[in-house]
Amino acid sequence: MSLLSVSGLAVSTHDGRALVSGLSFAVPRGGRLSLIGESGSGKSLTALAVTGLLPPGLAATGTVLLDGTPVIGATDRTLDRVRGRVAAVVFQEPSTALDPLMRLGKQIAEPLRRHRGLRGAALRSAVLEALDEVALPARVARAYPHEVSGGQRQRAAIAMALACRPALLIADEPTTALDVTVQADVLALLDRLVAAHDMALLFVSHDLAVVAKVTDEVVVLSGGRPVQSGPLRTVLANPGDDYTRSLVASARRLDAALDLGGVS
Amino acid sequence: MRRRVFLVAGIVLVLLVVTVALVSLFWTPFPAADTTGGRLEGPGAHHLLGTDKLGRDLLTRLMIGARIAMAVGAGAVALGALLGGLAGLLAAFANRWLDDTLAALLDILIAFPTLLLAMLVVAARGASLGSAIVAIGLAMAAIVARLTRVLAKRVLAMDYVTAARTSGLSWPRIVTAHVLPNIWPTLVVNLALQFGLAVLAEASLSYLGLGPPPPNASWGRLLQEAQSTVLTAPVGAIAPGVLLVVLVVGVNLLADGLRDVADPTRRRHR
Ligand SMILES: Nc1ncnc2c1ncn2[C@@H]1O[C@H](COP(=O)(O)OP(=O)(O)OP(=O)(O)O)[C@@H](O)[C@H]1O
Ligand SMILES: [Mg+2]
Repeated sequence: MSLLSVSGLAVSTHDGRALVSGLSFAVPRGGRLSLIGESGSGKSLTALAVTGLLPPGLAATGTVLLDGTPVIGATDRTLDRVRGRVAAVVFQEPSTALDPLMRLGKQIAEPLRRHRGLRGAALRSAVLEALDEVALPARVARAYPHEVSGGQRQRAAIAMALACRPALLIADEPTTALDVTVQADVLALLDRLVAAHDMALLFVSHDLAVVAKVTDEVVVLSGGRPVQSGPLRTVLANPGDDYTRSLVASARRLDAALDLGGVS
Repeated sequence: MRRRVFLVAGIVLVLLVVTVALVSLFWTPFPAADTTGGRLEGPGAHHLLGTDKLGRDLLTRLMIGARIAMAVGAGAVALGALLGGLAGLLAAFANRWLDDTLAALLDILIAFPTLLLAMLVVAARGASLGSAIVAIGLAMAAIVARLTRVLAKRVLAMDYVTAARTSGLSWPRIVTAHVLPNIWPTLVVNLALQFGLAVLAEASLSYLGLGPPPPNASWGRLLQEAQSTVLTAPVGAIAPGVLLVVLVVGVNLLADGLRDVADPTRRRHR
Protein backbone atom coordinates (compact mmCIF):
# COMPACT_ATOMS: atom_id res chain seq x y z
CA MET A 1 0.00 0.00 0.00
CA SER A 2 1.17 3.53 -0.73
CA LEU A 3 2.49 5.72 2.05
CA LEU A 4 0.37 8.59 0.76
CA SER A 5 -2.59 8.01 -1.46
CA VAL A 6 -4.85 10.77 -2.63
CA SER A 7 -7.97 10.26 -4.66
CA GLY A 8 -10.54 12.75 -5.81
CA LEU A 9 -9.10 15.48 -3.59
CA ALA A 10 -10.87 18.82 -3.77
CA VAL A 11 -10.29 21.95 -1.72
CA SER A 12 -12.91 24.64 -1.64
CA THR A 13 -13.81 27.78 0.25
CA HIS A 14 -16.84 27.90 2.51
CA ASP A 15 -18.77 29.81 -0.12
CA GLY A 16 -18.21 26.93 -2.51
CA ARG A 17 -15.39 28.19 -4.74
CA ALA A 18 -13.23 25.23 -5.81
CA LEU A 19 -9.49 25.94 -5.47
CA VAL A 20 -8.34 22.37 -6.14
CA SER A 21 -10.40 19.61 -7.67
CA GLY A 22 -10.26 16.08 -9.03
CA LEU A 23 -6.73 15.44 -7.87
CA SER A 24 -5.45 11.88 -7.45
CA PHE A 25 -1.92 10.61 -6.93
CA ALA A 26 0.05 8.24 -4.77
CA VAL A 27 3.51 8.24 -3.23
CA PRO A 28 4.85 4.80 -2.31
CA ARG A 29 7.23 4.24 0.62
CA GLY A 30 10.59 5.69 -0.41
CA GLY A 31 9.08 7.05 -3.63
CA ARG A 32 9.20 10.57 -4.99
CA LEU A 33 6.59 12.70 -6.68
CA SER A 34 6.52 16.34 -7.73
CA LEU A 35 3.54 18.65 -7.98
CA ILE A 36 4.30 21.24 -10.57
CA GLY A 37 2.29 24.23 -11.68
CA GLU A 38 2.19 27.98 -12.02
CA SER A 39 1.68 30.35 -9.11
CA GLY A 40 -1.82 30.01 -7.69
CA SER A 41 -2.42 26.59 -9.22
CA GLY A 42 -3.13 25.02 -5.82
CA LYS A 43 0.18 23.33 -5.05
CA SER A 44 0.53 24.65 -1.52
CA LEU A 45 -3.11 23.95 -0.71
CA THR A 46 -2.63 20.36 -1.84
CA ALA A 47 0.46 20.00 0.33
CA LEU A 48 -1.49 21.34 3.32
CA ALA A 49 -4.59 19.27 2.61
CA VAL A 50 -2.70 15.95 2.67
CA THR A 51 -1.53 16.68 6.23
CA GLY A 52 -4.89 18.09 7.33
CA LEU A 53 -3.49 21.58 7.85
CA LEU A 54 -5.68 23.72 5.62
CA PRO A 55 -6.12 27.26 6.90
CA PRO A 56 -9.46 28.08 8.52
CA GLY A 57 -12.13 28.86 5.95
CA LEU A 58 -11.04 26.11 3.56
CA ALA A 59 -12.32 22.55 3.49
CA ALA A 60 -11.14 19.41 1.74
CA THR A 61 -13.20 16.56 0.31
CA GLY A 62 -12.16 13.27 -1.26
CA THR A 63 -9.88 10.66 0.22
CA VAL A 64 -6.39 11.13 1.61
CA LEU A 65 -4.72 8.15 3.25
CA LEU A 66 -1.50 8.89 5.09
CA ASP A 67 0.08 5.60 6.05
CA GLY A 68 -3.41 4.12 6.01
CA THR A 69 -4.94 6.81 8.23
CA PRO A 70 -7.76 8.82 6.64
CA VAL A 71 -6.81 12.48 6.93
CA ILE A 72 -9.91 14.27 5.70
CA GLY A 73 -12.47 14.53 8.48
CA ALA A 74 -10.04 13.20 11.08
CA THR A 75 -9.68 14.95 14.44
CA ASP A 76 -6.51 16.78 15.42
CA ARG A 77 -5.91 14.09 18.02
CA THR A 78 -5.77 11.38 15.41
CA LEU A 79 -3.65 13.49 13.11
CA ASP A 80 -1.18 14.46 15.84
CA ARG A 81 -0.17 10.82 15.99
CA VAL A 82 0.39 10.67 12.24
CA ARG A 83 2.00 14.02 11.74
CA GLY A 84 5.68 14.23 12.38
CA ARG A 85 6.09 10.48 12.52
CA VAL A 86 4.68 9.94 9.04
CA ALA A 87 4.92 13.34 7.36
CA ALA A 88 6.80 16.60 7.93
CA VAL A 89 6.75 19.78 5.88
CA VAL A 90 9.40 22.22 4.67
CA PHE A 91 7.87 25.51 3.59
CA GLN A 92 8.35 27.94 0.76
CA GLU A 93 9.27 31.02 2.74
CA PRO A 94 12.16 30.50 5.18
CA SER A 95 11.45 33.82 6.86
CA THR A 96 8.08 32.66 8.19
CA ALA A 97 8.96 28.98 8.60
CA LEU A 98 10.94 29.65 11.76
CA ASP A 99 9.86 31.34 14.97
CA PRO A 100 11.71 34.69 14.94
CA LEU A 101 11.93 34.78 18.73
CA MET A 102 13.34 31.33 19.39
CA ARG A 103 16.94 30.27 19.05
CA LEU A 104 17.42 27.81 16.18
CA GLY A 105 18.85 25.14 18.48
CA LYS A 106 15.71 25.23 20.59
CA GLN A 107 13.47 24.98 17.54
CA ILE A 108 15.35 21.93 16.30
CA ALA A 109 15.36 20.43 19.79
CA GLU A 110 11.56 20.55 20.11
CA PRO A 111 10.71 17.76 17.62
CA LEU A 112 13.73 15.74 18.76
CA ARG A 113 12.44 15.79 22.30
CA ARG A 114 8.95 14.85 21.30
CA HIS A 115 9.63 12.22 18.73
CA ARG A 116 12.79 10.62 19.99
CA GLY A 117 12.27 11.27 23.68
CA LEU A 118 15.71 12.81 24.08
CA ARG A 119 16.64 14.96 27.09
CA GLY A 120 19.62 16.84 28.50
CA ALA A 121 23.03 16.05 27.08
CA ALA A 122 21.65 13.50 24.61
CA LEU A 123 19.28 16.15 23.28
CA ARG A 124 22.07 18.69 22.94
CA SER A 125 24.27 16.34 21.00
CA ALA A 126 21.31 15.31 18.79
CA VAL A 127 20.76 18.99 17.95
CA LEU A 128 24.41 19.35 16.96
CA GLU A 129 24.15 16.17 14.90
CA ALA A 130 21.05 17.49 13.18
CA LEU A 131 22.84 20.75 12.37
CA ASP A 132 25.85 18.87 11.09
CA GLU A 133 23.63 16.73 8.89
CA VAL A 134 22.39 19.84 7.06
CA ALA A 135 25.94 21.26 6.96
CA LEU A 136 25.35 24.03 9.49
CA PRO A 137 28.05 24.98 12.00
CA ALA A 138 27.33 24.32 15.68
CA ARG A 139 27.20 28.04 16.54
CA VAL A 140 23.94 28.30 14.55
CA ALA A 141 22.24 26.58 17.50
CA ARG A 142 22.60 29.79 19.52
CA ALA A 143 21.50 32.10 16.72
CA TYR A 144 18.08 33.60 16.11
CA PRO A 145 16.61 33.21 12.60
CA HIS A 146 17.35 36.82 11.64
CA GLU A 147 21.00 36.29 12.44
CA VAL A 148 21.59 33.69 9.72
CA SER A 149 21.21 33.76 5.94
CA GLY A 150 18.15 32.64 3.99
CA GLY A 151 19.92 29.48 2.87
CA GLN A 152 20.93 28.68 6.45
CA ARG A 153 17.38 29.27 7.63
CA GLN A 154 16.08 26.82 5.06
CA ARG A 155 18.70 24.27 6.13
CA ALA A 156 17.56 24.73 9.73
CA ALA A 157 13.96 24.20 8.62
CA ILE A 158 15.00 21.00 6.85
CA ALA A 159 16.80 19.87 10.01
CA MET A 160 13.59 20.45 11.99
CA ALA A 161 11.50 18.49 9.53
CA LEU A 162 13.97 15.61 9.48
CA ALA A 163 14.27 15.56 13.27
CA CYS A 164 11.00 13.65 13.45
CA ARG A 165 12.43 11.02 11.10
CA PRO A 166 9.28 11.19 8.98
CA ALA A 167 8.53 8.54 6.39
CA LEU A 168 7.38 11.28 4.02
CA LEU A 169 8.92 14.69 3.57
CA ILE A 170 6.71 17.33 1.98
CA ALA A 171 8.79 20.16 0.54
CA ASP A 172 6.78 23.13 -0.69
CA GLU A 173 9.06 25.11 -3.01
CA PRO A 174 11.89 24.84 -0.49
CA THR A 175 14.33 26.72 -2.71
CA THR A 176 12.17 29.32 -4.45
CA ALA A 177 13.06 32.13 -2.07
CA LEU A 178 16.81 31.45 -2.32
CA ASP A 179 19.27 32.72 -4.86
CA VAL A 180 20.45 30.33 -7.56
CA THR A 181 23.74 29.06 -6.14
CA VAL A 182 22.24 28.51 -2.70
CA GLN A 183 19.26 26.86 -4.38
CA ALA A 184 21.46 24.19 -5.93
CA ASP A 185 23.16 23.46 -2.59
CA VAL A 186 19.93 23.15 -0.65
CA LEU A 187 18.39 20.99 -3.36
CA ALA A 188 21.39 18.68 -3.39
CA LEU A 189 21.23 18.45 0.40
CA LEU A 190 17.54 17.59 0.33
CA ASP A 191 18.13 14.98 -2.35
CA ARG A 192 20.96 13.38 -0.39
CA LEU A 193 19.12 13.31 2.96
CA VAL A 194 15.90 11.92 1.53
CA ALA A 195 17.91 9.12 -0.05
CA ALA A 196 20.02 8.54 3.05
CA HIS A 197 16.99 8.13 5.32
CA ASP A 198 14.89 6.12 2.85
CA MET A 199 12.24 8.80 2.97
CA ALA A 200 9.50 9.40 0.48
CA LEU A 201 9.33 12.90 -0.99
CA LEU A 202 6.40 15.01 -2.14
CA PHE A 203 8.05 17.93 -3.86
CA VAL A 204 6.25 21.10 -4.89
CA SER A 205 7.63 23.52 -7.45
CA HIS A 206 6.80 25.77 -10.37
CA ASP A 207 10.17 25.12 -11.95
CA LEU A 208 10.74 22.10 -14.23
CA ALA A 209 14.50 22.45 -14.04
CA VAL A 210 14.36 22.16 -10.26
CA VAL A 211 11.89 19.28 -10.34
CA ALA A 212 14.09 17.41 -12.79
CA LYS A 213 16.88 17.32 -10.22
CA VAL A 214 14.91 15.55 -7.53
CA THR A 215 12.05 13.47 -8.91
CA ASP A 216 10.99 11.24 -11.77
CA GLU A 217 7.23 11.29 -11.35
CA VAL A 218 5.27 14.50 -11.78
CA VAL A 219 1.70 15.74 -11.59
CA VAL A 220 1.13 18.97 -13.49
CA LEU A 221 -1.48 21.29 -11.94
CA SER A 222 -3.15 24.17 -13.64
CA GLY A 223 -5.92 26.23 -12.10
CA GLY A 224 -6.36 23.65 -9.36
CA ARG A 225 -6.82 20.69 -11.73
CA PRO A 226 -4.36 18.01 -12.75
CA VAL A 227 -3.64 18.44 -16.44
CA GLN A 228 -1.01 15.77 -16.85
CA SER A 229 0.82 13.17 -14.83
CA GLY A 230 3.39 10.45 -15.20
CA PRO A 231 7.16 10.05 -15.48
CA LEU A 232 8.91 13.37 -16.04
CA ARG A 233 10.52 12.09 -19.26
CA THR A 234 7.18 11.25 -20.80
CA VAL A 235 5.69 14.58 -19.81
CA LEU A 236 8.69 16.42 -21.20
CA ALA A 237 8.66 14.42 -24.42
CA ASN A 238 4.93 14.75 -25.11
CA PRO A 239 3.50 17.68 -23.26
CA GLY A 240 -0.15 16.77 -23.70
CA ASP A 241 -1.71 20.14 -23.06
CA ASP A 242 -1.02 23.79 -23.66
CA TYR A 243 -0.02 24.58 -20.14
CA THR A 244 2.59 21.82 -19.89
CA ARG A 245 3.87 22.77 -23.32
CA SER A 246 4.47 26.35 -22.21
CA LEU A 247 6.10 25.10 -19.01
CA VAL A 248 8.46 22.87 -21.00
CA ALA A 249 9.19 25.62 -23.50
CA SER A 250 10.06 28.13 -20.80
CA ALA A 251 12.27 25.61 -19.03
CA ARG A 252 14.10 24.95 -22.32
CA ARG A 253 14.54 28.65 -22.91
CA LEU A 254 15.93 29.13 -19.44
CA ASP A 255 18.22 26.16 -19.86
CA ALA A 256 19.53 27.51 -23.11
CA ALA A 257 19.99 30.98 -21.70
CA LEU A 258 21.89 29.81 -18.66
CA ASP A 259 23.60 26.96 -20.49
CA LEU A 260 23.53 24.95 -17.30
CA GLY A 261 25.74 22.07 -18.36
CA GLY A 262 24.86 18.77 -16.68
CA VAL A 263 21.95 20.06 -14.66
CA SER A 264 19.19 17.66 -15.60
CA MET B 1 22.84 49.77 24.41
CA ARG B 2 20.84 53.00 24.53
CA ARG B 3 17.80 50.79 24.96
CA ARG B 4 19.31 49.23 28.06
CA VAL B 5 19.58 52.73 29.51
CA PHE B 6 15.86 53.22 28.90
CA LEU B 7 15.06 49.96 30.65
CA VAL B 8 17.14 50.92 33.68
CA ALA B 9 15.65 54.42 33.76
CA GLY B 10 12.16 52.91 33.60
CA ILE B 11 12.92 50.51 36.44
CA VAL B 12 14.33 53.35 38.57
CA LEU B 13 11.32 55.63 38.03
CA VAL B 14 8.77 52.89 38.68
CA LEU B 15 10.68 51.64 41.74
CA LEU B 16 10.68 55.18 43.10
CA VAL B 17 6.89 55.32 43.03
CA VAL B 18 6.57 51.75 44.32
CA THR B 19 8.87 52.57 47.25
CA VAL B 20 6.87 55.66 48.16
CA ALA B 21 3.67 53.61 47.96
CA LEU B 22 5.13 50.90 50.22
CA VAL B 23 6.49 53.38 52.74
CA SER B 24 3.08 55.07 52.95
CA LEU B 25 1.65 51.79 54.25
CA PHE B 26 3.82 52.10 57.38
CA TRP B 27 4.69 55.74 57.71
CA THR B 28 3.45 59.13 56.54
CA PRO B 29 4.48 62.54 57.96
CA PHE B 30 0.94 63.06 59.28
CA PRO B 31 -2.08 60.78 59.70
CA ALA B 32 -4.21 60.78 56.55
CA ALA B 33 -7.15 62.58 58.17
CA ASP B 34 -5.09 65.12 60.06
CA THR B 35 -6.35 68.67 59.40
CA THR B 36 -4.29 70.53 62.01
CA GLY B 37 -2.21 72.46 59.49
CA GLY B 38 -3.07 75.95 58.30
CA ARG B 39 -5.02 76.30 55.06
CA LEU B 40 -2.98 76.38 51.89
CA GLU B 41 0.36 76.75 53.63
CA GLY B 42 3.39 76.96 51.36
CA PRO B 43 6.27 74.49 51.63
CA GLY B 44 8.00 74.80 54.96
CA ALA B 45 9.84 72.97 57.71
CA HIS B 46 6.70 71.58 59.32
CA HIS B 47 4.79 70.67 56.18
CA LEU B 48 7.52 69.93 53.64
CA LEU B 49 5.29 70.51 50.63
CA GLY B 50 2.68 72.64 52.34
CA THR B 51 -1.00 71.92 52.95
CA ASP B 52 -4.27 71.89 51.03
CA LYS B 53 -7.32 74.05 51.62
CA LEU B 54 -8.51 71.82 54.48
CA GLY B 55 -5.12 72.02 56.17
CA ARG B 56 -4.05 68.45 55.25
CA ASP B 57 -0.36 67.72 54.68
CA LEU B 58 0.33 67.55 50.95
CA LEU B 59 3.26 65.12 51.20
CA THR B 60 1.10 62.71 53.16
CA ARG B 61 -1.63 62.88 50.56
CA LEU B 62 0.87 62.41 47.73
CA MET B 63 2.33 59.31 49.38
CA ILE B 64 -1.10 57.76 49.79
CA GLY B 65 -1.84 58.78 46.22
CA ALA B 66 1.17 56.75 45.05
CA ARG B 67 -0.40 53.68 46.64
CA ILE B 68 -3.67 54.32 44.84
CA ALA B 69 -1.97 55.01 41.51
CA MET B 70 0.02 51.78 41.72
CA ALA B 71 -3.02 49.78 42.84
CA VAL B 72 -5.22 51.13 40.07
CA GLY B 73 -2.56 50.83 37.38
CA ALA B 74 -1.34 47.38 38.34
CA GLY B 75 -4.79 46.05 39.28
CA ALA B 76 -6.53 47.24 36.14
CA VAL B 77 -3.68 46.08 33.90
CA ALA B 78 -3.60 42.67 35.57
CA LEU B 79 -7.36 42.27 35.22
CA GLY B 80 -7.39 43.66 31.69
CA ALA B 81 -4.44 41.55 30.55
CA LEU B 82 -5.79 38.34 32.05
CA LEU B 83 -9.40 38.66 30.89
CA GLY B 84 -8.53 40.35 27.62
CA GLY B 85 -5.69 37.97 26.85
CA LEU B 86 -7.85 34.92 27.44
CA ALA B 87 -10.78 36.28 25.43
CA GLY B 88 -8.45 37.31 22.61
CA LEU B 89 -6.81 33.90 22.47
CA LEU B 90 -10.19 32.20 22.57
CA ALA B 91 -11.37 34.31 19.64
CA ALA B 92 -8.18 33.61 17.70
CA PHE B 93 -8.71 29.86 18.09
CA ALA B 94 -12.49 29.86 17.79
CA ASN B 95 -14.41 28.74 14.76
CA ARG B 96 -15.77 31.37 12.47
CA TRP B 97 -19.11 31.73 14.20
CA LEU B 98 -17.76 32.16 17.74
CA ASP B 99 -14.98 34.44 16.48
CA ASP B 100 -17.45 36.74 14.72
CA THR B 101 -19.65 36.82 17.82
CA LEU B 102 -16.73 37.65 20.09
CA ALA B 103 -15.43 40.29 17.70
CA ALA B 104 -18.83 42.00 17.59
CA LEU B 105 -19.10 41.79 21.38
CA LEU B 106 -15.69 43.39 21.79
CA ASP B 107 -16.57 46.21 19.42
CA ILE B 108 -19.67 46.94 21.47
CA LEU B 109 -17.70 46.82 24.73
CA ILE B 110 -15.07 49.17 23.33
CA ALA B 111 -17.72 51.59 22.12
CA PHE B 112 -19.44 51.41 25.52
CA PRO B 113 -18.45 54.50 27.54
CA THR B 114 -16.08 53.59 30.37
CA LEU B 115 -17.93 56.04 32.57
CA LEU B 116 -21.23 54.25 32.11
CA LEU B 117 -19.52 50.94 32.79
CA ALA B 118 -18.00 52.44 35.94
CA MET B 119 -21.41 53.67 37.10
CA LEU B 120 -22.83 50.17 36.64
CA VAL B 121 -19.98 48.65 38.61
CA VAL B 122 -20.33 51.24 41.37
CA ALA B 123 -24.10 50.63 41.46
CA ALA B 124 -23.38 46.93 41.95
CA ARG B 125 -20.46 47.12 44.38
CA GLY B 126 -20.45 50.66 45.85
CA ALA B 127 -17.76 53.30 45.32
CA SER B 128 -14.34 52.02 46.30
CA LEU B 129 -10.85 51.53 45.01
CA GLY B 130 -11.84 47.98 44.06
CA SER B 131 -14.80 49.19 42.01
CA ALA B 132 -12.61 51.65 40.16
CA ILE B 133 -10.11 48.88 39.38
CA VAL B 134 -12.84 46.51 38.19
CA ALA B 135 -14.49 49.13 35.97
CA ILE B 136 -11.22 50.30 34.40
CA GLY B 137 -9.94 46.73 34.11
CA LEU B 138 -13.08 45.57 32.30
CA ALA B 139 -12.92 48.44 29.84
CA MET B 140 -9.26 47.66 29.27
CA ALA B 141 -9.95 43.94 28.80
CA ALA B 142 -11.98 44.66 25.68
CA ILE B 143 -9.15 46.61 24.10
CA VAL B 144 -6.54 44.03 25.08
CA ALA B 145 -8.77 41.23 23.76
CA ARG B 146 -9.11 42.86 20.38
CA LEU B 147 -5.38 43.39 20.11
CA THR B 148 -4.57 39.87 21.31
CA ARG B 149 -7.01 38.38 18.83
CA VAL B 150 -5.40 40.12 15.87
CA LEU B 151 -1.84 39.42 17.01
CA ALA B 152 -2.54 35.77 17.81
CA LYS B 153 -4.28 35.22 14.50
CA ARG B 154 -1.28 36.57 12.70
CA VAL B 155 1.03 34.20 14.56
CA LEU B 156 -1.30 31.23 14.02
CA ALA B 157 -1.17 31.82 10.26
CA MET B 158 2.62 31.59 10.25
CA ASP B 159 4.35 28.61 8.67
CA TYR B 160 6.24 27.87 11.85
CA VAL B 161 2.98 27.17 13.62
CA THR B 162 1.89 24.91 10.78
CA ALA B 163 5.29 23.25 10.94
CA ALA B 164 4.91 22.78 14.69
CA ARG B 165 1.52 21.20 14.08
CA THR B 166 2.87 18.88 11.40
CA SER B 167 5.39 17.69 13.91
CA GLY B 168 2.51 17.00 16.29
CA LEU B 169 2.92 19.80 18.85
CA SER B 170 -0.33 20.21 20.79
CA TRP B 171 -2.28 23.48 20.82
CA PRO B 172 -1.51 24.40 24.44
CA ARG B 173 2.19 23.92 23.75
CA ILE B 174 1.93 26.01 20.59
CA VAL B 175 0.37 28.80 22.64
CA THR B 176 3.10 28.76 25.28
CA ALA B 177 6.02 28.12 22.92
CA HIS B 178 5.12 30.30 19.94
CA VAL B 179 1.99 32.43 20.32
CA LEU B 180 2.61 34.10 23.69
CA PRO B 181 6.30 34.91 23.11
CA ASN B 182 5.49 36.40 19.72
CA ILE B 183 2.58 38.58 20.80
CA TRP B 184 4.22 39.67 24.07
CA PRO B 185 6.56 42.37 22.69
CA THR B 186 3.66 44.27 21.12
CA LEU B 187 1.26 43.54 23.96
CA VAL B 188 3.58 44.74 26.73
CA VAL B 189 3.98 48.15 25.13
CA ASN B 190 0.23 48.45 24.78
CA LEU B 191 -0.30 47.41 28.41
CA ALA B 192 2.09 50.14 29.55
CA LEU B 193 0.07 52.67 27.63
CA GLN B 194 -3.07 51.27 29.27
CA PHE B 195 -1.42 51.56 32.69
CA GLY B 196 -1.03 55.31 32.21
CA LEU B 197 -4.56 55.64 30.89
CA ALA B 198 -5.91 53.65 33.86
CA VAL B 199 -4.26 56.00 36.35
CA LEU B 200 -5.78 58.96 34.52
CA ALA B 201 -9.18 57.27 34.22
CA GLU B 202 -9.22 56.76 37.97
CA ALA B 203 -8.71 60.50 38.37
CA SER B 204 -11.87 61.28 36.43
CA LEU B 205 -13.84 58.59 38.25
CA SER B 206 -12.75 60.06 41.60
CA TYR B 207 -13.70 63.50 40.44
CA LEU B 208 -17.24 62.24 39.86
CA GLY B 209 -17.29 60.55 43.23
CA LEU B 210 -17.02 57.08 41.68
CA GLY B 211 -13.53 56.38 43.01
CA PRO B 212 -12.09 55.53 46.41
CA PRO B 213 -13.74 57.65 49.16
CA PRO B 214 -11.79 60.43 51.01
CA PRO B 215 -9.46 61.02 52.72
CA ASN B 216 -7.55 58.64 50.43
CA ALA B 217 -7.24 60.71 47.30
CA SER B 218 -5.45 59.74 44.12
CA TRP B 219 -3.05 62.07 42.35
CA GLY B 220 -5.69 62.77 39.76
CA ARG B 221 -8.08 63.90 42.45
CA LEU B 222 -5.38 66.05 44.09
CA LEU B 223 -4.75 67.67 40.73
CA GLN B 224 -8.38 68.48 40.30
CA GLU B 225 -8.82 69.73 43.86
CA ALA B 226 -5.82 72.03 43.38
CA GLN B 227 -7.21 73.45 40.15
CA SER B 228 -9.09 76.32 41.78
CA THR B 229 -6.12 77.39 43.92
CA VAL B 230 -3.34 76.86 41.40
CA LEU B 231 -2.29 80.54 41.48
CA THR B 232 -2.10 80.86 45.26
CA ALA B 233 -0.67 77.37 45.98
CA PRO B 234 1.01 76.07 42.80
CA VAL B 235 2.82 73.19 44.55
CA GLY B 236 -0.51 71.49 45.18
CA ALA B 237 -1.08 71.18 41.44
CA ILE B 238 2.50 70.75 40.26
CA ALA B 239 3.52 67.96 42.64
CA PRO B 240 0.84 65.39 41.74
CA GLY B 241 1.26 66.30 38.05
CA VAL B 242 4.99 65.67 38.19
CA LEU B 243 4.47 62.37 39.98
CA LEU B 244 1.91 61.25 37.39
CA VAL B 245 4.37 62.02 34.63
CA VAL B 246 7.17 60.20 36.45
CA LEU B 247 5.04 57.08 36.83
CA VAL B 248 3.62 57.06 33.31
CA VAL B 249 6.97 57.75 31.66
CA GLY B 250 8.64 55.17 33.89
CA VAL B 251 6.13 52.47 33.00
CA ASN B 252 6.45 53.22 29.28
CA LEU B 253 10.25 53.15 29.37
CA LEU B 254 10.07 49.91 31.31
CA ALA B 255 7.74 48.39 28.70
CA ASP B 256 9.94 49.52 25.81
CA GLY B 257 12.88 47.92 27.54
CA LEU B 258 10.99 44.71 28.21
CA ARG B 259 9.92 44.53 24.58
CA ASP B 260 13.51 44.80 23.42
CA VAL B 261 14.59 42.11 25.81
CA ALA B 262 11.78 39.84 24.56
CA ASP B 263 12.39 40.51 20.87
CA PRO B 264 15.91 39.69 19.69
CA THR B 265 15.17 41.02 16.20
CA ARG B 266 15.01 44.53 17.64
CA ARG B 267 18.27 44.42 19.55
CA ARG B 268 20.61 45.08 16.64
CA HIS B 269 19.08 48.11 15.03
CA ARG B 270 18.18 51.31 16.83
N1 LIG C 1 -6.96 30.76 2.79
C1 LIG C 1 -7.39 30.91 1.52
N2 LIG C 1 -8.64 31.36 1.28
C2 LIG C 1 -9.09 31.53 0.02
N3 LIG C 1 -8.35 31.27 -1.08
C3 LIG C 1 -7.10 30.82 -0.91
C4 LIG C 1 -6.55 30.62 0.40
N4 LIG C 1 -5.29 30.19 0.26
C5 LIG C 1 -5.05 30.11 -1.07
N5 LIG C 1 -6.14 30.47 -1.78
C6 LIG C 1 -6.24 30.50 -3.23
O1 LIG C 1 -6.06 29.20 -3.73
C7 LIG C 1 -5.31 29.20 -4.92
C8 LIG C 1 -4.17 28.23 -4.82
O2 LIG C 1 -3.26 28.68 -3.81
P1 LIG C 1 -1.90 27.94 -3.50
O3 LIG C 1 -1.28 28.66 -2.36
O4 LIG C 1 -2.12 26.49 -3.33
O5 LIG C 1 -1.07 28.23 -4.82
P2 LIG C 1 0.39 27.71 -5.19
O6 LIG C 1 0.24 26.80 -6.35
O7 LIG C 1 1.08 27.19 -4.00
O8 LIG C 1 1.06 29.06 -5.68
P3 LIG C 1 2.57 29.61 -5.42
O9 LIG C 1 3.44 28.99 -6.45
O10 LIG C 1 2.42 31.09 -5.63
O11 LIG C 1 2.93 29.27 -4.03
C9 LIG C 1 -4.87 30.64 -5.16
O12 LIG C 1 -5.68 31.18 -6.18
C10 LIG C 1 -5.13 31.33 -3.86
O13 LIG C 1 -5.54 32.65 -4.10
MG1 LIG D 1 2.70 27.87 -2.76
